[in-house]
Amino acid sequence: MGGGFGESLHAAIALLTGFDARLAEVVGLSLAVSASSCALAAGFGMAAGAWLAVARFPGHRALVAALNTLLGLPSVVVGLVVYLLLSRSGPLGSLGILFTPKAMVVAQTMLVLPVVAALTRQLIADAWRGNGEQLRSMGAGVLASAALLLLHERLALVTVGLTAFGRAISEVGAVMIVGGNIDGVTRVMTTAIALETSKGDLPLALGLGFVLLALVGAINVTIALIQRQQGTHSEAMGR
Amino acid sequence: MTAALIELHDTAVRFGALTALSGVDFVLRPGERVALVGANGSGKTTLLRLLHGQLAHDGTRRVQRDALGREPPQAMVFQRPFLLRLSVWRNLMVALWLAGVPRDERAARAAQALARVGLADQRDRPARVLSGGQQQRLALARAWAVRPRVLFLDEPTASLDPGAKREVEQLITEFAQEGQQQGLAVVMSTHNLGQAKRLATRVVYLEGGRVIVDLPTSEFFNQSLPDAAAQFVRGELPWNA
Amino acid sequence: MERVKHWIAAALLLVAALQAGAQERFIVMASTTSTEQSGLFAHLLPAFKAASGIDVRVVALGTGQALDAARRGDADVVFVHDQVAEEKFVAEGFGLQRLPVMYNDFVLIGPKSDPARVAGKDIAAALGKVAAQGAPFISRGDKSGTHAAELRYWKLASVDVAASAPKGYQACGCGMGPALNIAASTNAYVLADRGTWLNFKNRADLAVLVEGDTRLFNQYGVMVVNPAKHPHVKTALAQAFADWVVSPAGQASIAGYKIGGEQLFFPNAKAK
Repeated sequence: MGGGFGESLHAAIALLTGFDARLAEVVGLSLAVSASSCALAAGFGMAAGAWLAVARFPGHRALVAALNTLLGLPSVVVGLVVYLLLSRSGPLGSLGILFTPKAMVVAQTMLVLPVVAALTRQLIADAWRGNGEQLRSMGAGVLASAALLLLHERLALVTVGLTAFGRAISEVGAVMIVGGNIDGVTRVMTTAIALETSKGDLPLALGLGFVLLALVGAINVTIALIQRQQGTHSEAMGR
Repeated sequence: MTAALIELHDTAVRFGALTALSGVDFVLRPGERVALVGANGSGKTTLLRLLHGQLAHDGTRRVQRDALGREPPQAMVFQRPFLLRLSVWRNLMVALWLAGVPRDERAARAAQALARVGLADQRDRPARVLSGGQQQRLALARAWAVRPRVLFLDEPTASLDPGAKREVEQLITEFAQEGQQQGLAVVMSTHNLGQAKRLATRVVYLEGGRVIVDLPTSEFFNQSLPDAAAQFVRGELPWNA
Repeated sequence: MERVKHWIAAALLLVAALQAGAQERFIVMASTTSTEQSGLFAHLLPAFKAASGIDVRVVALGTGQALDAARRGDADVVFVHDQVAEEKFVAEGFGLQRLPVMYNDFVLIGPKSDPARVAGKDIAAALGKVAAQGAPFISRGDKSGTHAAELRYWKLASVDVAASAPKGYQACGCGMGPALNIAASTNAYVLADRGTWLNFKNRADLAVLVEGDTRLFNQYGVMVVNPAKHPHVKTALAQAFADWVVSPAGQASIAGYKIGGEQLFFPNAKAK
């Protein structure tokens, strides 16, 4: 297998420099699906996580434990559940979105929502521990405190979003089952890699893998730069 | 006898197995400036938080309410202020929003408060890059802007250098004096007996979660006190006069 | 405000990307991984689209899964290669009619060194020798058409793998490609469809050892899902596909698909 990595690197470079239209389609869809899922998961997950960090009610600890358990949800399980929900024979079948990108967004959102919520909860709970008293003294209720602490921790929340995005774009189990890996319609990077591997075209599969890694790496670097910019920028602008 | 703003009757506060306060009776009237003194762990911060209504407790706590059943506005300044990662200006606006001040009044009040504490030129800077003294002045501005009837301060100058200490003390004194007419009551916990002597009209000494001495300032520093209190005063005073 | 506008623009772009293919005329076809991996669809479906304007979206699963998906109503048409299962599908009322379309063949793949000496034209004899020798054999074990065929050949060789699997017999519960991968790494025998084999690039020491036995021929059938069971099925469009694939035009397209000059699928629809 010595030639394996060399061949794959070659395949990867050929892919990247060739600007293959189908590759662009696959990469574009990966980004679109995972970005949408993260946006949705962030919207609901950050609100839920912050609320959970601040609110207190009977059963609170059980809920937090349940949330932390959902962190380990395997993607195939999510895929299966969403498939059964969206199947024509299932409760939401009339939506007709199975085997389309929308179903993939639904599945990935469900997958990363617990991640976002749990990480946000941890973050906000830590902020609340030190500063909750001042907020309460100023008259902030649960919702106001949650909102203010989210604003306060917005930079750290960027890394939460990034973690979620990484999880979403590299998962294959959920999108394979609910998307069907249809050529030109629901094929994303990870399902393409799975397909090429099962066809025995390992160099191409690894090549696609490198492309995926490069993509995730580029996004990470971009966000890190933005954070640094924001850090100095906000100093200057008083934000 | 003017009506009490806040009254505590036979109150106790427990944190798990630890009893932080017990058997505390306390009356706070408008215009009073109370200093809570005592060693660390004596319960002064707990009493402060209890008066402010932040703690679960045994016994009764009664607060004067207005015709609409509302509690008087209160504000608290902590040893280290919690400021949001926003500009000085926005921190003030958030406080005014939380206090329910109508939108069209907020900007005016915020500007007034900033000017009052001498931070008007800092208004667009991130609150967290201010110096310790400036941050505490901002915290005071934040409290002042909501026009409280009771102002609580928990060792407000303990973390400041001497110059900032003086500035902040000066502001507190001025606020207390200006608020006298409206019946503003001030309750401040402090280690610093000199500060208590300078600012307070009444001094309360706590030990082991109990109120040991509760006297007007002049009497507190002239009368013979119970042993423990006397020792405390002697121990603290030379360093902090 | 500028930043907000940028975010809105980005969000709109995202939504547009996700709408890809939402408006076209299309049907969902459940088929098998081996058929997709043979590359037939990349050749056949564009011809159909040119003739009809209909997009065929292929969800490639194992035969069993494909039929199950159709039973659930998640596909409009089914294109698999397991006659017994297909006839059952129609008998249950899920399919309108089974039309034979084409056949390809299975081949027995194994290490070039052929330790069990199976090479030849007789699949039953070959499998008998594999069992006798206890040679390593990879079964897909995934309810697929290929798996069903494999089990039939074992039966012909009088070996009951369910009751007592021969030494060396391993079921992977996987598709054709992964099975070939495993066989390649462990120098094992494996039954494969010719199409996947021709496209398979990770051959290591494997080669075709048994081929040409008529019993190795693998018949494909197409079925439109019955709208009586699932009213939302795009019956007209699905029927258009079924009719085309058995028509002279469709049959010619099938015959025209070659890998390395070799024809893979042999059209055998019944003349109308």
